[in-house]
Amino acid sequence: MDKRRISLVLNHRPTELWVDPRASLSEVLRGEASLTSVKHGCNVGECGACTVLINGETFNACIYLAIWADGKEVLTVEGLSDEEGNISDIQQAFIDEGAIQCGFCTPGFIISSLPVLERDEVPSRDEIRRQIAGNFCRCTGYEKIVTAIQKTARARHGG
Amino acid sequence: MNVGKPVQRVDAFDKATGRAQYTADLCPPDALVAKILHSTIANGKVTGFELEAALAVPGVVKILTCFDVPDRQFPTAGHPWSTDKKHQDIADRKLLNTRVRFYGDDIAAVIAVDELSADRALRLIKVTYDEQKPVFTPQDAMQPGATVLHPEKPDNVIVRSSYEIGNFDEAIRESGLIKVSGDYHTGQVQHCHIENALSYACIRDRKIVVVSSTQIPHIVRRVCTQALGCSFADIRIIKPYIGGGFGNKQDALTEPLNAWLTTQVGGRCVRLFYTREETFVCTRTRHAMDFHIESYLRPDGTLIARSVRAWSNQGAYASHAHALVANAINAFRMMYPVGAIKGEAYTVYTNLPTAGAMRAYGIPQIGFALESHMDDIAAQTGLDRIKLRKQNMMRLGYVDPVTTITCHSTGLEECIDKGRAFIGWDDKRNLYASQTGPVRRGLGMAIFCYKTGVYPISLETSACRMVLNQDGTIQLQMGATEIGQGADTVFSQMCADAVGVPFDSVRATSTQDTDITPYDTGAYASRQSYVSGMAVRKTGLALKAKILEYAAGMLDLPPDSLNLVDGWIVSSSGESLIALREVAMGACYSLKNSVHISAEETHHCTDNTYSFGVCFAEIEVDIPLCQIRVLNIVNVHDSGKIINPVTAEGQVHGGMSMGLGYGLLERLVFDPVTGRTLNNNLLDYKLMTAMDTPDLNALFVETDDPTGPFGNKALGEPPVIPVAPAIRNAMLDATGVAVDSIPLNPEHLFTEFRRAGLIAGGEN
Repeated sequence: MDKRRISLVLNHRPTELWVDPRASLSEVLRGEASLTSVKHGCNVGECGACTVLINGETFNACIYLAIWADGKEVLTVEGLSDEEGNISDIQQAFIDEGAIQCGFCTPGFIISSLPVLERDEVPSRDEIRRQIAGNFCRCTGYEKIVTAIQKTARARHGG
Repeated sequence: MNVGKPVQRVDAFDKATGRAQYTADLCPPDALVAKILHSTIANGKVTGFELEAALAVPGVVKILTCFDVPDRQFPTAGHPWSTDKKHQDIADRKLLNTRVRFYGDDIAAVIAVDELSADRALRLIKVTYDEQKPVFTPQDAMQPGATVLHPEKPDNVIVRSSYEIGNFDEAIRESGLIKVSGDYHTGQVQHCHIENALSYACIRDRKIVVVSSTQIPHIVRRVCTQALGCSFADIRIIKPYIGGGFGNKQDALTEPLNAWLTTQVGGRCVRLFYTREETFVCTRTRHAMDFHIESYLRPDGTLIARSVRAWSNQGAYASHAHALVANAINAFRMMYPVGAIKGEAYTVYTNLPTAGAMRAYGIPQIGFALESHMDDIAAQTGLDRIKLRKQNMMRLGYVDPVTTITCHSTGLEECIDKGRAFIGWDDKRNLYASQTGPVRRGLGMAIFCYKTGVYPISLETSACRMVLNQDGTIQLQMGATEIGQGADTVFSQMCADAVGVPFDSVRATSTQDTDITPYDTGAYASRQSYVSGMAVRKTGLALKAKILEYAAGMLDLPPDSLNLVDGWIVSSSGESLIALREVAMGACYSLKNSVHISAEETHHCTDNTYSFGVCFAEIEVDIPLCQIRVLNIVNVHDSGKIINPVTAEGQVHGGMSMGLGYGLLERLVFDPVTGRTLNNNLLDYKLMTAMDTPDLNALFVETDDPTGPFGNKALGEPPVIPVAPAIRNAMLDATGVAVDSIPLNPEHLFTEFRRAGLIAGGEN
């Protein structure tokens, strides 16, 4: 099928991609854009491993057509490091708190935690659980993930 | 010392940045796509295919069917191969099967240039079958006249095994004994690692190279040789990072067929990525088991005689077969040793998806049955639940009469005391003593014992290689695999301590490649930190001896007067003599005596040891809503010395979460007529979400096991074991309803509460 051109801001950079109109955003991000932090665990929006931020909101990229991203801002975990490769506070917290095991779901969780970290106050553990309820993890029981997110929120609000 | 410290995971940075590469991330974009056609009947024979329409789909390269594959059966279980024919894994499947044994069996494969073409072709293939009536339970499959799944097992019983210690019939004649019996059932669940089963394969350098998400690369290599009838030299397995396994990937899954498919297209790269739906049905599951338990005890609570009968539902293919239920009835014997005890177990083929290894290998099943039974004994006799267990449980020095596995260390009593204090058992028990309302609270607990590795049932062997770099840093190569549990990190800690270098001097190669990697059977049986850890220790000491020998030559001192501490060669009085960095540089580049220092050792493990633990749970039961809410839960583990407290806690949390799912939510549901799996997706199969999961508490009682390389013993699997029975026992405490099967989901509780008269409802 003929490819179509889309323009988007991908990880802070204006980007043009030629995409199959039938392709999901996760396929295009993993393929044409080589952003393999976006994982496939179900391909039907159940597991959350492909979560990306689109215009500041979390979406399962596997059930979001790539052509819908035309004109939008898309963020993956690759876009969380700065130009010099310094990682973000939330990534560091996942490392420090031992919130990572097999690591397959990790990028999705980190992206899913971003909106709750933007709030004006430190979220409760239950609020964090609600925010990440669309992401499955079979390794950690979510315990240290919730802790990592809460600690990051605390640090952002001055400890 | 690095062992015992919460050092940061060596792979954490790559995983937090999304740079860690898993199988799908490494697959060449131009790889051909293979898709499997699965049977739409559970029992019968494929009589023919109509392929014309499928072959006409643009992009289809080739279609191979069950009539094209080599006429060779092979085993898939991730066991070390037994050279004794009687103990070899059962070879009962072909690469694609004409004789269909479950709804979803692999019967044909389409190879196409992309996924859409492959999918389109799959839908156009027409299959004709000769169908037979399927059987779904061991009891039905054992009936005379039932369908025969595999001609080698005409009664569908793969193995029946039994033991009797002491004289059971004589022991139960003692006067005044109380008899308590019960029947318990655990259902079929799935591992649900977030990365599906997948691989890709091509032919390079005259070898079939398979890159796969596996826990057991060396075993998968052997299975591929058996499936294809080729040499070990023909097969190379590469295992990159894997997105969870939990035992499912302790089996050859997509690899043998994938290896064969590349040979059918001239060695072109072919990928075989299972979907989530296929992973649920066409890989492995946890065995459903039925148990009948009888206990005879004195009025003071002393157990005198015990017996168990078990039926394990194997599904369509043998995989790990009887090993799991045999493990279960062995643990039954070990947990509460008595003079007279007997066990009997059957593993039976049925027309359901195949069961295999899953975290704790048969013990969550017997753990639910046995620990539910212990509370049933307490409830029926008025004995104290904790006292009953303490009075009868395994003690230090216990030698199992069948396996000879010895209790070299135990902190179980302290684990129980610690958990009891944490949950506030004594105060809350009084508080919850006489509740009558619709919402009631209760406390439950359950204990377990768990072996470390598979000796003496099977071989335990592991090799390790260390290479000294020119600046004194060390490359560590293990055949043992990192599957998320933190193996690379704890091996690095062990290596640093064994050699005598700083932690940061050690770099583990995470990827296993059977062309290069030393032999190890892989990640299962909570064996690696114990068995492979000893290989690290031995290799580290051997490397250190070689370093000291070279340093002694440089310093003109006897080697036995030197030691290596934190990267320095030190004298017997502790004086730093020369940095390892200089010794390593000299050894490599010396014009007079260049030596490339490396070490490789095998550890053939001929011991085993028990780890122990307990779960305490406090729950609230909403009787009208048939819902359980976990208010407070703690696991306390004796896993010997803890190598890394942070990764250890992570293992416990993950196991507890899996145990909560097992006890409260998870089960595979099958159509009772066709055997089709009805909930093979993450929406209908109820996996624990963050919102379902309470705060998880992990505590340890550290013992120093004399047989562990660093005093450590099994930890990876055990945390899943005691959770479901602790919840079940808490519900018995709260409501007086003794449920004999899991999960305790609302649908199940509705039936139980209605039967118990706690709620009104329609006809039963």
